[in-house]
Amino acid sequence: MGGTIETLVNREYQYGFVTDIEAETIPRGLDENTVRLISAKKGEPKWLLDWRLKAFARWNTMQEPHWSNVKYPAIDYQDVIYYSAPKPQKALGSLDEVDPKLREMYGKLGISLSEQKRMNNVAVDVVMDSVSVGTSFKAELSKLGIIFCSFGEAVREHPELVQKYLGSVVPHSDNFFAALNSAVFSDGSFVYVPKGVRCPMELSTYFRINAEGTGQFERTLIIADEGAYVSYLEGCTAPKRDTNQLHAAVVELIALKDATIKYSTVQNWYAGDEKGEGGIYNFVTKRGKCAGENAKISWTQVETGSAITWKYPSVILQGDNSVGEFYSVAVVNNHQQADTGTKMIHIGRNTRSTIVSKGISAGQGNNSYRGQVKVLPKAAHARNYTQCDSMLIGNRCGAHTFPYIEVQNNSATLEHEASTSKIGEDQIFYLTQRGISKENAVSMIVAGFCKDVFKELPMEFALEAQQLLGITLEGSVG
Amino acid sequence: MTAPYIADFTTLSNNGVRAEPEWLRDTRRTGIERFAALGFPTPRNEDWHFTSVAPIAEASFSQLRGASGQVAKGALAPFQFGESDWPLMVFVNGKFDASLSTPELVAKGIRALDLSTALRDEPTLVEPWLGKLSTSEDRSFSALNAAFMSDGVVVHIAPYIESAVPLHVIFVSDANAAKGVAHVRNLIVAGHHSKATVIESYVSLGDSGYFTNAVTEVQVEQGATLTHYKIQRESQRAFHVHTIDAQQARDSHYVSFSFATGAALSRTNIYTNLNGEGSGATLNGLYMADDEQHVDHQTNIVHSQPNCFSREIYKGILSGAAHGVFNGKVYVYPIAQKTDGKQTNNNLLLSDRARIDTKPQLEIYADDVRCTHGATVGRLDEMALFYMKSRGVSTDAATKLLTYAFAADVLETIEVPAVRTELERATLERFTGSSVAL
Repeated sequence: MGGTIETLVNREYQYGFVTDIEAETIPRGLDENTVRLISAKKGEPKWLLDWRLKAFARWNTMQEPHWSNVKYPAIDYQDVIYYSAPKPQKALGSLDEVDPKLREMYGKLGISLSEQKRMNNVAVDVVMDSVSVGTSFKAELSKLGIIFCSFGEAVREHPELVQKYLGSVVPHSDNFFAALNSAVFSDGSFVYVPKGVRCPMELSTYFRINAEGTGQFERTLIIADEGAYVSYLEGCTAPKRDTNQLHAAVVELIALKDATIKYSTVQNWYAGDEKGEGGIYNFVTKRGKCAGENAKISWTQVETGSAITWKYPSVILQGDNSVGEFYSVAVVNNHQQADTGTKMIHIGRNTRSTIVSKGISAGQGNNSYRGQVKVLPKAAHARNYTQCDSMLIGNRCGAHTFPYIEVQNNSATLEHEASTSKIGEDQIFYLTQRGISKENAVSMIVAGFCKDVFKELPMEFALEAQQLLGITLEGSVG
Repeated sequence: MTAPYIADFTTLSNNGVRAEPEWLRDTRRTGIERFAALGFPTPRNEDWHFTSVAPIAEASFSQLRGASGQVAKGALAPFQFGESDWPLMVFVNGKFDASLSTPELVAKGIRALDLSTALRDEPTLVEPWLGKLSTSEDRSFSALNAAFMSDGVVVHIAPYIESAVPLHVIFVSDANAAKGVAHVRNLIVAGHHSKATVIESYVSLGDSGYFTNAVTEVQVEQGATLTHYKIQRESQRAFHVHTIDAQQARDSHYVSFSFATGAALSRTNIYTNLNGEGSGATLNGLYMADDEQHVDHQTNIVHSQPNCFSREIYKGILSGAAHGVFNGKVYVYPIAQKTDGKQTNNNLLLSDRARIDTKPQLEIYADDVRCTHGATVGRLDEMALFYMKSRGVSTDAATKLLTYAFAADVLETIEVPAVRTELERATLERFTGSSVAL
């Protein structure tokens, strides 16, 4: 099987191409004028500019954190282009108006909008280099009162909602990267599901980084009003690059009383080549707040890409009986590094959280699970179950676990289990002995290892995720 | 807050009270320099995130000179257990007290003497190891200890010696210890293929506020098995910081048990380096705290070589407004294939103000390993309580019984019957107010 492995290992990043669309960019560098310029380009109201400036002032006083278990060369924040928008920039009513080149590119990615629209019943809001260029199913959603649009549009059309919730979960001063994002965020998605409405389809958005050297600073805000339900999918692929690109997004979720938000991610940013050159730095702040009773927020993530993944999708369990979930598969190969996990902050009574994390390390990758479960004194009868398993493939990779369990209420019950082991030789042997190739055997074992997480993903994502996993790992055993 | 210590050190070296060998003076100098540079750890230091040592840093403790002759032999009876032929070494307020200790410890292939005597008469027993098995590079308290280390026990177990009786070392503090600090430094060297048990007890005869800053260096040579029990029953107003650093050679086994019930604030660091193929470490412990007590354990098991195993079970019982901290780390180097590690931390919260912060950690750089860890936090099982009550057992008795059962699990791992019985008794006493069986 050596030959196959060789091919697979050396397989180029499939989605590595650059679409040659003229982009409107601003000069490199960051100062107060950059923030003003971004805000002016987007025609934002004064309150938002003020908020950005406040965040920028705060960011200036902050130090870049280095406590994570990842290593990377120093980032020059003055060498980043903070704004880039594709040129043909008019309001688009239908998919047909989308630039043919763009559509061709999405075609290559297999996310053709029309296809998706017709066959998958998925509304896709495509974000390409910071400005939203296509939104579908809008009419259908708006009949139910659901708002699903780009962030910029939300600022224009629904300023009261944005103003009320922006920064309410991740404040502008939260951390270094969140502050940076708050100052310079370009666009993103906005979802509002009104009271008692169950969103009839999976909402999804594909992010793509395009213009070279552009950091992407997305801002996503999802609000599920009382009794609402929404499932949101985020998928990422990025073109091949040599210079490292910084991605510092912020995602805020707010679930009010009896509301449920399900947020799924498949992340496949460019991971760098086999020597560890290039790749995306994915430093994201994701946090949800169960603001009301019986609210539920569920994060599912499949992280296969990025040179460095550093993120902790968290849930603040404020409302009584609220539920937080985190299901994660993180795969690292070659020189990839991941430091990911979650935070579950139990504030309300009878709050419950579940954490299932599966880490797979291959090549010279390093994978860390870092999680915090905090039970505050008022969180009577809080319940947490955590399971984090790591699988090692090859002898130059690493798997690390850093759980923080902080309990201040004695009626809480917490369980944490973790294991790290090598991929089972006997399992591989058994499968190969049945005539299954070693490659497929590994794929099957890994798929089984991650089953608990995949089953949480919406159907089409689960398939994509399994395939991605296979591609990321193929060739790592032999 | 480091100034008084640095001033003390200057006085100490200027006086030239100790005609000490050059290497030791170097160790001390490095120690104080590091301590001056590091200062006391703050909660910003990841290793001290949940434990604030402000009460230690702010109080200025003076060096204890030792107070011999004050402690009567009978006063130690409550802390002694086991057979009367167990060799005993007693340190009062940090200084060796020969009158309370067993004479003639040369017998049976075991040398045990106090550090001052060893340095004066037999430096060869000390020099090759002292300050070399334990690092003070990024550890404030160890650095401070290196600067001031005054006394402690030096134990050498000769090769192939299998000692049936444990050596009991008692560090006792009395009223004279108030506002003082004892920088205890111990050294245990288990020769190849030897087998022995050493017990370190830290106890108090009063309720004064003092500070014990101890470091124990341990070398377990090839094929040796060292069982090392640490019993911490300091006064409820005392501060206790103790670091145990063990280095293990091929096929050695280091068995450690840490029992902690005393002190207002205690921190026990147990670090072992599995530095020889086929070696193993068993680190178990039980901590119990109530009122405003703060009890912190940090363990670090470093798998430096292949085919080693480690087993760890720590249990905690917290009531009142006590705060427990557990931080257990297992580190596996790339070369350490076939590592087998298992770590468990269970905590029982008996009151609604008790608090626990636990952080079991795995850092693994080798692939052919099997490592697991688990942690739980909870209160007594309501079903079990209900069951017992339905059988006519009072709530009070059922609570005590279940609490004891929780602790008994880990106490049962103690192999020396006398130690196990004593700690079971102490556990019962702690949560029932009497040593009488339920």
